[in-house]
Amino acid sequence: MEASDTAASGPAALTKPRLEAASPRYGEKVIIGLLATCAAISVITTTAIVVSLLAPSIEFFGEVSITDFLLGTDWGPTFIPPSFGVLPIVVGTLSITLWSLVFAIPIGIGSALYLSEYAGRRTRKIVKPILEILAGVPTVAFGFFALVFITPQIEKIWPGFLGEEPGIFSALAGGLAIGLLIVPIVASVSEDAMAAVPHGLREGAYALGATKAKVAARVVLPAALSGVVAAIILATSRAIGETMVVLLAAGNTPNLTFNPVEPIQAMTAFIATTATGDIATGTITYKTVFAVALLLFVLTLLMNVLSIKIVRKYREVYE
Amino acid sequence: MSDFDPRTARAQVALAGARGVTAGVLSDQPRRDVARNSIFAALLFLAVIVALAGLALLIGDNLVKGWPRLNSDLLSNGTSSLPDDAGLHSAIIGTLWIMAFVILFIIPIGVGSAVFLEEYASTESRLARAVEVNVQNLAAVPSIIYGLLGLAFVARGPLSLGFTVLTASITLALLVLPIVILVAREAIRAVPPSIREGSLALGATRWQTTRRQVLPAAIPGIATGVILAISRAIGETAPLIPLGAATFVTYDPSGPMSGFTAMPLVIFNWVKQPQAEFQVLAAAGIVVLLVVLIAMNSFAIWLRNRYEQRW
Amino acid sequence: MSELTEYRFTEEVVSGKGGFAEKPGTGIAVQPTRPPEAGDITRLEKVFELQDISVAYAGVPAVKEVSMDIYKNEVTALIGPSGCGKSTLIRCLNRMNDLVPIAEVTGRLLYHGEDLYGPKVDPVQVRKLIGMVFQKPNPFPKSIYDNVAFGPRILGMKGDMDEIVEKALRGAALWDEAKDRLDSNAFGMSGGQQQRLCIARCIAVEPDVILMDEPCSALDPISTGKIEDLMMGLKREFSIVIVTHNMQQAARVSDRTAFLMVELEATEQNRWGRIVEYDATERIFTNPSDPRTEDYVSGKVG
Repeated sequence: MEASDTAASGPAALTKPRLEAASPRYGEKVIIGLLATCAAISVITTTAIVVSLLAPSIEFFGEVSITDFLLGTDWGPTFIPPSFGVLPIVVGTLSITLWSLVFAIPIGIGSALYLSEYAGRRTRKIVKPILEILAGVPTVAFGFFALVFITPQIEKIWPGFLGEEPGIFSALAGGLAIGLLIVPIVASVSEDAMAAVPHGLREGAYALGATKAKVAARVVLPAALSGVVAAIILATSRAIGETMVVLLAAGNTPNLTFNPVEPIQAMTAFIATTATGDIATGTITYKTVFAVALLLFVLTLLMNVLSIKIVRKYREVYE
Repeated sequence: MSDFDPRTARAQVALAGARGVTAGVLSDQPRRDVARNSIFAALLFLAVIVALAGLALLIGDNLVKGWPRLNSDLLSNGTSSLPDDAGLHSAIIGTLWIMAFVILFIIPIGVGSAVFLEEYASTESRLARAVEVNVQNLAAVPSIIYGLLGLAFVARGPLSLGFTVLTASITLALLVLPIVILVAREAIRAVPPSIREGSLALGATRWQTTRRQVLPAAIPGIATGVILAISRAIGETAPLIPLGAATFVTYDPSGPMSGFTAMPLVIFNWVKQPQAEFQVLAAAGIVVLLVVLIAMNSFAIWLRNRYEQRW
Repeated sequence: MSELTEYRFTEEVVSGKGGFAEKPGTGIAVQPTRPPEAGDITRLEKVFELQDISVAYAGVPAVKEVSMDIYKNEVTALIGPSGCGKSTLIRCLNRMNDLVPIAEVTGRLLYHGEDLYGPKVDPVQVRKLIGMVFQKPNPFPKSIYDNVAFGPRILGMKGDMDEIVEKALRGAALWDEAKDRLDSNAFGMSGGQQQRLCIARCIAVEPDVILMDEPCSALDPISTGKIEDLMMGLKREFSIVIVTHNMQQAARVSDRTAFLMVELEATEQNRWGRIVEYDATERIFTNPSDPRTEDYVSGKVG
């Protein structure tokens, strides 16, 4: 081993290294500022949404009482004289949502269970991307599909004993199309939850000779329940906010009914038909649009917060 | 599994299920079990088939209905009130213009937000937490509400840009920004901390580490998010309706301050027309839109799966 | 200060005595690796002076009251059972702990006589001077060339980059294996090669000190041997601090060894590391003054 020259140089030759920054690095600070600004845009967007909805809504509620709005059963804000009972379009939205869930819950959860418990690697590799593609189909295509395909099919197979068959526009046609549209949401979020169920639980049941069906239905599904619920809430929120399908296929007739064969008007459809580019700012019609939008915003926000809470809870359990 | 905590409520449910199965196993007759198992599997498989069939029918129906108009005229004809002369040309130009600006907005802002949240902000930072909550919630705001935001804040109000390409771009960019941020964050988080440590230990600054090591490694994931976001923006109709969808643009949009039209808007207008020829045109237009979007989504999915398990 | 941390050089060390020796019963060969001059500690240049260094994560102590001096152009080893805070301690030396927001370092740490945690000190500048090699090889997902060139580039080092890269790769005994594949991805190398690449990456920026946090724990014996050989050469230019759980390794490569142990709180809720003994390596392995060191190096515990 060669002798080092440390000792020879001795303490006198100590080289004092510079420990201070060579430059103040203003660039770094500017970049942090820029990045924070980018991030702040999301907060600004939310604020802008709330402000833009709230300001005209406050004016609206200066002219129409909140109880008349929320509990009224007559909706005709553009009629003379106008009526501002929002219930018919809220019920329209809920009816559409209900029918979409009737379709999407069994199909979505069934697909998720199949993919997580039964499908082989190869099937999963093919089916999952296809479901993702389904999620990427534009909503105008679903609306058109509901109008020109689902509606005629319903007419064709409608059993007479159920009474009057649906017309061109119906909550059912729109609901089914939205149901197809939200299947990927239900399926993918549920499947994530099912994948998070520990294998030990399944193996324990299999070790006792349980069939796959029993393990899937009585072990995996209950264990993944909160994730599945979150998926359904998320899908519901999406169905409530969906515009194009209801606009094209469900009609534009405010109708206080859950009857699937009747045309209805959903909240989003009201906004889209009323708030076209030529709507005059400051009119009562303009304010009504924003009041309905505020209600829609609050509704979807609540559902989203709820689903995030549920997802967070099941993640805590298994991760 | 070692990470399973049997004390939690969720686990209790699962254990109860397991017990139920155990009891069932001990009492049920095996043959009935086998039959039930097959029926159950068949039902689940049916669910998958229905979902896939739905997609197949949607594509197939449009293809069949739109077939007579699926030719080059569809792409070269401009807007017209006569179904025979109508085509997607102006709409495609409009969509391209709008998307050019959407990309310009969402890449820096989306990636910047993601970098800020993942690399700079501590989890207790107020801004970081506010942004996180906001991004999650913005992702769930109905698209028509973005349209109203665009109407009240961008077309009129504070920005007053009118019903222009730029207004449409800003509105759609805000709509899809949460997608970019969420996916980019995941991509950045997937870069192992050891890469950052290695770089910082050489005397690199935070930003040098982010810019030269983390971002290049996260590019495939970020690209996936950007492509998904753009494909969503291309297909969105509802937020454009309050921004002057009723305006009948017969010319090709020519810049940021030009009036706009877009593919889904034109298709939507065709669907609403009473003439049967317009329905054919709409179906053909939807096929074009679907081809573009499915191609983009497939590429994004391929990109993600390809680079998913790199570390 | 605890009496254990009070470190006194014994007569033997100071006089530089003690040739090749073997502690009976341990089977651990100890080489006299220190240069003869190094025996005279009053003439040795101190790189680090740790005075009562404690580290806590979110208030929970990880290491307590460590005091020791680390000398220039020596290999200093930190040994001890897992959980004794060796890694935590070494990460104080280049302020890597700053990156953990909940970590809190107390005490005084002098680097060439200057307070490393002083208010004007820039951690980025510190890390330029004090490089680090990690437990798991962590090459960047880039070419071999770019891995080595990254540091010199960001630091704006002058000179021909090809030369800098070649010099660093030669310094890490990797040139012959890498020269024909400089453009291929570093992930294609073996674990041992990757770790030597990380060493090359580190010496390319010409640091003063190299910290090595269990650099061989993920490697096979042959790769480990190569890196140990490398360290013997590297200490001519650099001062090296190495954390290792492998006692033989510490005995083979280091000039001085610090032995840390885990202390348990009475309630056994918290545990932290404390230095037991710090001395010339040969003394730690042949004639330790603390019975706990003896138990550990002879394999009775740990």
